[in-house]
Amino acid sequence: MAAVAVELQQYSVRYGEFQALREVNLSVPEGAFVAIVGPNGAGKSTLLKALLGLERGSLRDGPTQVSGTVRVMGLPPRQVPPGWLGYVPQVKGFDRSFPALALEVVVSGLRRRWPFLITAPERKKAEEMLDRVGALALANRRLGRLSGGELQRVYLARSLIREPRLLLLDEPATGVDVVGEADLYRHLEAYQAERGATILMITHDWEAAQHHASAVLVLNRRVVGYGPPNEVLCHECLSQAFGHVGHGHHLVLGGSA
Amino acid sequence: MMEALQLPFMQRALLAGLLVGGLASYLGVMVVQRRLSFLGDGLAHAAFAGVALGLLLHEEPLWVAIPFAVGVALAITWVRERSHLGDDTAIGIFFAVSVALGVLFMSLRQGFAPDAVAYLFGSILTVTQTDLWVMGLIALGVALLAPLWSHWAYATFDRELALADRQPVLFYDYLLAALMALVVVVSVKVVGIVLIAAFIVIPAATARLLSRTFSAMTVMSVGIGIFSVVPGLTASYVLDVPAGSTIVLVQALFFALALVLRR
Repeated sequence: MAAVAVELQQYSVRYGEFQALREVNLSVPEGAFVAIVGPNGAGKSTLLKALLGLERGSLRDGPTQVSGTVRVMGLPPRQVPPGWLGYVPQVKGFDRSFPALALEVVVSGLRRRWPFLITAPERKKAEEMLDRVGALALANRRLGRLSGGELQRVYLARSLIREPRLLLLDEPATGVDVVGEADLYRHLEAYQAERGATILMITHDWEAAQHHASAVLVLNRRVVGYGPPNEVLCHECLSQAFGHVGHGHHLVLGGSA
Repeated sequence: MMEALQLPFMQRALLAGLLVGGLASYLGVMVVQRRLSFLGDGLAHAAFAGVALGLLLHEEPLWVAIPFAVGVALAITWVRERSHLGDDTAIGIFFAVSVALGVLFMSLRQGFAPDAVAYLFGSILTVTQTDLWVMGLIALGVALLAPLWSHWAYATFDRELALADRQPVLFYDYLLAALMALVVVVSVKVVGIVLIAAFIVIPAATARLLSRTFSAMTVMSVGIGIFSVVPGLTASYVLDVPAGSTIVLVQALFFALALVLRR
């Protein structure tokens, strides 16, 4: 029986009037690859933030009410060493006007601060990571000159350089072409095989979830379904999650969502 | 200029210009990259209100302006963190309130206030030994806080990633705002309230145009901030005009050159 990487019990988050998550119970064994699917506003990003200890969000959204428990590797999220966690946020949130080279972005994942100067060992390690995700040629490219897919690779290298035990990805395939997407899953699976890491990935791509994930979590503020992809990605559970799944939609499961 | 430097007040002016130019352009890189350029203006006017209050109370204006401006800087940050109002709106409100208070304090003071004009446009030649000591202390403080650069830069690059790595981002935001306020207040005599924002924004913006990395931008910004002072002060001496104006114009010249030269 594998150790538990992520455990939530009766976990709820409420931002002002908005119930983002309701009584979520979830247990993810170490080494699992969980795809998180659900409609917009279903609390998918909130769930990842809870694991990072950032569920309180911005003070701008008013008081946040949190109840229930979260454990990451058996610890409350804020006590988990940051080096255990690799986080790849949504690409649309990136500020590309920041003057930085791809290499610096990767090194920042190692240092957990912004590097003023990069040491030779850091450079070597960062180049290895970029090479690993097929982005070595981008090392000295400016952030503002990277495409969405290239940026995703750089951020993936950034999260892998600290050799995390838990990798959290927020829609990593968005803005990535089909070849890039296949690469992404190849890199994730390779890293997982090598380190036995746990991966939680938000995606809108059910086909990818079916093919690559060991489990699928269907979330719509509460857990609608959780289990092996073939059992969870059924018509009934998805119509429960999305409210209305037309006949066209469930065919999409085998196609490209 | 060489013989002018024999004069103690010119020596003080040069030293004050270099200190203020370096400090403002250093913190300026964070401010510009965080799109908070307007913060410099807002704090300058808070300094104006503080100076006016100091003059009204017959206290040394610096000692009143420092706590006043730091208070406003913290308040602006507090409102920014807690409301959906844009940064420009939060700053704009405090800007307006500060000017209103400044005008009120000036009017309550009996008689004409000739010194007020000096504060608006700066009078670098009236920099005192005390002013220099305060500037020097702030410069020393900022230098001792140099390790904060990598934390501020990280949160400027990506706030969420910095938070995910357990950085006390909020605390560093308040610290940056408070240091900005200190630098703005001590810059008042050198540049004047109306032109302080230029000291913060122009060197950083120029450096941004020419830099591929944030560390290069920082070094270049400080370089421009410091270097602009010498030709600016010389021109001010030769033409007998306020130094704030000539230094800012030199900075603007660098900015224009950078616009043309950048690749």
